[in-house]
Amino acid sequence: MSLNSLTIAEARAKLRAKEITAPELTEACLSAIEGSGAINAFVHKTADLAREQAAAAQGRIEAGDAPDMCGIPMGIKDLFCTKGVPSQAASGILNGFTPEYESTISQKLFDAGTVMLGKLNMDEFAMGSSNETSVYGNVVNPWRSKTSNADLTPGGSSGGSSAAVAADLCLAATGTDTGGSIRQPAALTGTVGLKPTYGRCSRWGVVAFASSLDQAGPMTKTVRDAAILGRAMMGHDAKDSTSVDMPVPDFEAMLTGDIRGQSIGIPKEYRMDGMPEDIAKLWAEGADMLRDAGAKIVDISLPHTKYALPAYYVIAPAEASSNLARYDGVRFGHRAALAQGDGITEMYEKTRAEGFGPEVKRRIMIGTYVLSAGFYDAYYNRARRVRTLIKKDFEDVFAQGIDAILTPATPSAAFPLGQMADADPVEMYLNDVFTVTVNLAGLPGVALPTGLDAEGLPLGLQLIGKPWEEGALLNTAQVLEDAAGFVSKPGKWW
Amino acid sequence: MLDTAHTTPTPKTYAGATGDWEIVIGMEVHAQVSTRSKLFSGASTLFGAEPNSNVAFVDAGMPGMLPVINEECVAQAVRTGLGLKAEINLTSAFDRKNYFYPDLPQGYQISQLYHPIVGEGEVLVELGDGAARLVRIERIHLEQDAGKSIHDMDPNMSFVDLNRTGVALMEIVSRPDIRSPEEAAAYVVKLRQILRYLGTCDGNMQNGNLRADVNVSVCRPGQYEKYQESQDFSHLGTRCEIKNMNSMRFIQAAIEVEAKRQIAIIEDGGEIDQETRLYDPDKNETRSMRSKEEAHDYRYFPDPDLLPLEIEQDWVDALGAALPELPDAKKARFIGDYGLSDYDASVLTAEAENAAYFEAAVEAAGDGKLAANWVINDLFGALKNDGDKDITESPVTPAQLGGIIKLIKSDVISGKIAKDLFEIVYNEGGEPAEIVEARGMKQVTDTGAIEAALNEIIAANPAQVEKAKENPKLAGWFVGQVMKATGGKANPKAVNELVAKKLAG
Repeated sequence: MSLNSLTIAEARAKLRAKEITAPELTEACLSAIEGSGAINAFVHKTADLAREQAAAAQGRIEAGDAPDMCGIPMGIKDLFCTKGVPSQAASGILNGFTPEYESTISQKLFDAGTVMLGKLNMDEFAMGSSNETSVYGNVVNPWRSKTSNADLTPGGSSGGSSAAVAADLCLAATGTDTGGSIRQPAALTGTVGLKPTYGRCSRWGVVAFASSLDQAGPMTKTVRDAAILGRAMMGHDAKDSTSVDMPVPDFEAMLTGDIRGQSIGIPKEYRMDGMPEDIAKLWAEGADMLRDAGAKIVDISLPHTKYALPAYYVIAPAEASSNLARYDGVRFGHRAALAQGDGITEMYEKTRAEGFGPEVKRRIMIGTYVLSAGFYDAYYNRARRVRTLIKKDFEDVFAQGIDAILTPATPSAAFPLGQMADADPVEMYLNDVFTVTVNLAGLPGVALPTGLDAEGLPLGLQLIGKPWEEGALLNTAQVLEDAAGFVSKPGKWW
Repeated sequence: MLDTAHTTPTPKTYAGATGDWEIVIGMEVHAQVSTRSKLFSGASTLFGAEPNSNVAFVDAGMPGMLPVINEECVAQAVRTGLGLKAEINLTSAFDRKNYFYPDLPQGYQISQLYHPIVGEGEVLVELGDGAARLVRIERIHLEQDAGKSIHDMDPNMSFVDLNRTGVALMEIVSRPDIRSPEEAAAYVVKLRQILRYLGTCDGNMQNGNLRADVNVSVCRPGQYEKYQESQDFSHLGTRCEIKNMNSMRFIQAAIEVEAKRQIAIIEDGGEIDQETRLYDPDKNETRSMRSKEEAHDYRYFPDPDLLPLEIEQDWVDALGAALPELPDAKKARFIGDYGLSDYDASVLTAEAENAAYFEAAVEAAGDGKLAANWVINDLFGALKNDGDKDITESPVTPAQLGGIIKLIKSDVISGKIAKDLFEIVYNEGGEPAEIVEARGMKQVTDTGAIEAALNEIIAANPAQVEKAKENPKLAGWFVGQVMKATGGKANPKAVNELVAKKLAG
């Protein structure tokens, strides 16, 4: 077994037992990355930095001062600003942008001894569900269908992260999730993705998409790894006013495997018309596994679910239209070449027309429209009211004694890249149908693989937990993971 | 709080071709909050630094940077609200005002549209002769200032200085209660005075730390009263907003010329377009900046980077308890305690530093009225002639001035000698009583010595004595001669009495 295939927990044990060294582990990942061009997950490689960090981590391990993440090689989503390393949110408008500051999360990881292998591809500004909107080109899912060699989507927006973890290019990666951008790609690549409670992870230094929804989280090979990496990423940050000052427990210690007496809700509104048989079956099996582990399975109702996607696609673009106004060509990133006589308006128009891709432009226009005078109440304010109702739906079921909610993570398995090219954009937005409610309500949610479809592609389930109870949520996920016994890996074709 | 009794002034009327017009004015004053750092960043607010040196990453709108509210800015806004007798909102919230401009790096200004930190208050604007206008404050909100665009350094390029970007401003919005250009200027003067007393804004208009947008409309007499009854703006004329005024003189001139412009248009059968205008002091005219149709759609919405701002009543109370005495109260106290005239009390309370100096001088002198005269006439005069020095730079301390006044009051020196003494203290320093002693400036009250001098003068000038006996007005000549003979030190009262007695005898 090559070292890059290890989980965080396995690597940690081997590092501490001196069976392997951090530099060896990092070299294994660097060579795996070298051979992974076809996947297109890494867009900036930081081999020199990685080797430096690995050596330092080894020193700490030898000194007996090794936090859990010490010496663990990771990929960092390009949405995170990393000091001295290009950080472009996979957008042309940030062409050449190299921050002079380190995001709180990457800094926390570095402080914990983590090794950064490079920056990971993603949908431009985290807007997309298939990783087809990146200025760096599509990411290709390491998984392939049994019956076709077509390139499949790794999901989005954290598609570089999901693909890199699934292909064992790194042990884990950071992701961000605004409407499902951690959970959906995790589900499509057979990996685990946790979106923490809103306010758990600092947003400082993470390029903003929709500030009230954005939340960073771990993308890993196992639930245990999500517990380890999640804990390292979370924590209060005075530099982010929406960060919450609450202690972060040792999630790993909470993985007892005991969920006896817990109530797991099955929301009827998530049973969509035309749901593929494979998904329905997976969901039912998941419920059975939890019941077998001693949990009570309860049918519940989240009545406002059907309004979640429209509300999300008002609120997220509204915030994005404002958050992305700063990309104007004045101070950093791309600036269009101007013609004689062009003024400031032409500079803005040309720069933004050239710098942003079509999906980002679409969302900026939607957001600008829904916030404009005369439409604000009909769209933005109404969406905010819907959001309040969705939040209340969850509060009501939790108040009824539900501990966690089980749903499918995605409406389908990974689909071929390019398949949606000519589709109505709303078709693509439907990928987020099971995940956006969690962002609107600010809740923690985790996606994990529990089976394969008929084509041999991974399928995932989602568990939704109570606010701040990521530990209990991960424990339930661990039970599901153990019961499902999902061990498949993509066959190496790249 | 003492309230000065006042009469309400009559609004200014303009005689038009079709009858009289009145003017209605509301103001939005932007006051830079006095704090060391910016509203949402730790960068310095110091004026005059190298361009782009006081800029935090968040001020420059760098990707992923987030605002964090500066507690001192909130405290300053609360103090201001309390100083204007306003309602303090324990919950307020920040909104984004979206527009593109190179000196607005985020692409939006963080402001408080929907839930300002301060609600309704009031300002008593005194206009002299016992007249004063009570101007209602609608709201005060906190917001970020923009940077500075510089268009005249290069023929092809514009430059941007972000030092000012993100500095906290208070926007103080009045109701349309102001009824003449003079009242408008007086309102700004009074507001500035209160802010300076509170220490919440330095009021420096030259640096742009205090600037006003003026909303002007005209209406027929009687219409304003209908508005007051109903609060229905349709009784008033269409308003124009004159942006960014930073001098009292320009405020008055701009309102005057704008009112006349509007009257002329209406009387010509035209209509006023609601628009934003700029005042050009060189041409003394206002010019359209943008019409209502061109007005930005700012797409305000709650800033998702900031949680609603919650403050505690106890904290507000503590800030209130620590507020300094404000101009109205101080003035009333000066009139009541020291028997000062309304005018003197106004002059002495115009600036907190003047009032503090005056009160320290009173303490040393033991006489309010004399201290007021000396501060207003002698000290202010000397400072003005000495390169227009500020009172805080006065070479004469309140204790020294009090010492001089004390010497007058105890008849040790005459008022005339006191002027000389003041000049010595001003230029050379020193303790007044010691200077008087050392330089022999003491007043001669010994009637024997005065009588001896007078006798000599009478003996030497018999002809003058005869004339003076016929015309008592000439007695002054003898007083003058005695003063001259005693080097000005004779007590003038004693000399007068003695001269009268001798010439009568």
